[in-house]
Amino acid sequence: MLSQQDMLEAEQRGRQVRSIYVYEAPVRLWHWINALAMVVLAVTGYFIGTPLPTQPGEAATHFLMGYIRFAHFAAAYIFAVGLLGRIYWAFVGNRHARQIFMLPITNKHWWSEVFFEVRWYLFLEKHPKKYVGHNPMAQLMMFFFFTILAVGMVFTGFAIYSEGAGLGSWQDSLFGWVIPALGGSMQVHNLHRLGMWIMMTFAIVHIYAAIREDIMSRQSLISTMISGWRMFKD
Amino acid sequence: MGDTSVTETFYEVLRRQGITRRSFLKFCSLTATSLGLGSAAAPRIAQALETKPRTPVIWLHGLECTCCSESFIRSAHPLTKDVVLSMLSLDYDDTLMAAAGHQAEAIIEEVKKKYKGNYIVAVEGNPPLNEDGMFCIHGGRPFVEVLKETCADAKAVISWGACASYGCVQAAKPNPTRATPVHKVISGKPIINVPGCPPIAEVMTGVVTYMLTFDRIPELDRQGRPKMFYGQRIHDKCYRRGHFDAGQFVENWDDEGARKGYCLYKMGCKGPTTYNACSSMRWNGGVSWPVQSGHGCIGCSEEGFWDKGSFYDRVTDIKAFGVEGNADAIGKAAAGTVGAAIAAHAAVTALVRARQKAGETEEQKGEK
Repeated sequence: MLSQQDMLEAEQRGRQVRSIYVYEAPVRLWHWINALAMVVLAVTGYFIGTPLPTQPGEAATHFLMGYIRFAHFAAAYIFAVGLLGRIYWAFVGNRHARQIFMLPITNKHWWSEVFFEVRWYLFLEKHPKKYVGHNPMAQLMMFFFFTILAVGMVFTGFAIYSEGAGLGSWQDSLFGWVIPALGGSMQVHNLHRLGMWIMMTFAIVHIYAAIREDIMSRQSLISTMISGWRMFKD
Repeated sequence: MGDTSVTETFYEVLRRQGITRRSFLKFCSLTATSLGLGSAAAPRIAQALETKPRTPVIWLHGLECTCCSESFIRSAHPLTKDVVLSMLSLDYDDTLMAAAGHQAEAIIEEVKKKYKGNYIVAVEGNPPLNEDGMFCIHGGRPFVEVLKETCADAKAVISWGACASYGCVQAAKPNPTRATPVHKVISGKPIINVPGCPPIAEVMTGVVTYMLTFDRIPELDRQGRPKMFYGQRIHDKCYRRGHFDAGQFVENWDDEGARKGYCLYKMGCKGPTTYNACSSMRWNGGVSWPVQSGHGCIGCSEEGFWDKGSFYDRVTDIKAFGVEGNADAIGKAAAGTVGAAIAAHAAVTALVRARQKAGETEEQKGEK
């Protein structure tokens, strides 16, 4: 909520300040755990594909790739379990918890707002609209570049992991089919790495848009993901 | 070849070839071990070989280079080169047989009639389908026709090598003859893929021995490969794996790491994405194998390995969407472009905002 000073200031400027509870605690917790897991996954994944310079000395005294791969797999499990938990919360949580899993593509009004947001980002609209949850374009981006991609990364990731876990492991039973389906192990590795780059590019856009809209749209975004409350400044 | 093969057992053939019972039993236990069956299976193999009549095998050659045959006849297993060939009752193999022309082709017909539903077709190479299959002619007819006819009454089909299993070099892009793997042409028969360019000799004889002795096909994985030989990657059993886990790599072909036998991952070794038995069975009678001789695996037993980018990159080229570049090149370009676009967008935003603010203060001044 606003501090007394802010309330005073708001009153003085004759503006209404309202807030709505948007993101429930599990969604917020998941967001930050997921973000952390993604950072670990991207960094370790990068160094699995293109390893660090050779370690000097005897092999027995080093386990660098082993540790990097361990961190990757540990973070991957957290990412995957987190995603499962998040999907569960989409069913039991409030309606904002479902936003990144479903697109109202038959809703004409929603589409008009998508194009409104496109115009807003192209500086063709003077005043921004405010939304309680994601703005429609953010929802669209989130659906394709996070939700779909994250599921793809989990499937390709566990498929690669199953190669080490071995035939008959549960990873192999559940995800092993992905390898022949995508044209072989090498192809799956390549796509998994490309997926990492798309995810990172999405992260850049996501962070920029969050900071920008926090400033420009006169509504809270970043603090919303911490407190859960969306504040509207006018 | 001919009538004797109907009643003769493997054991009788072996004895006729001057193999002692002692070395016969040795062969049985070696085979049991190499198939991962344990010593208890050795007497069962021996019994099967002593009592079962030989299953005839027709060995067909499509579009191929005969490297599979070359590998097969060099099987270093003590008895293979003398015996497994005759044990097979290899009734037809145009490369190895003495007969030629119509005389040879007649054998296929004979086997088909005599052993209907009871013979094995081993296919080396694949049929090209373009131009009605005219790119590969077998006895005056397109190979694809001969293949379909021969397989029609077979008990099982073995696809030797990368050609028959996946298509190999003749199916590499743009695949002008439309060379097609056997399992996409033949249906309704159990097909065993034994990929590799060529497959390891002992793997080939191992598969055949298993099928003949147990009278069933070995357990296969999702891609139709025998699990016992293709269940693990080169990487899983590589003797240089310790260097991989430690983070010790060959960075150049002539560096210290290359001399010390470090991991070849950075030199593009495809061991982590290749399923084969090279790192455990090795080649040429266990003498060596690619990684041991200092070169990375090229992934010859993987589907479409000619089209999977360079043999010398780990993060290798992806040929998709009409562009060519590896995941890192595409990713860095995308992230860089988006980053620059965001910087520009932020700059314009700041400019617009500054102008708006200036406008607002003007308005406020005007109000006052």
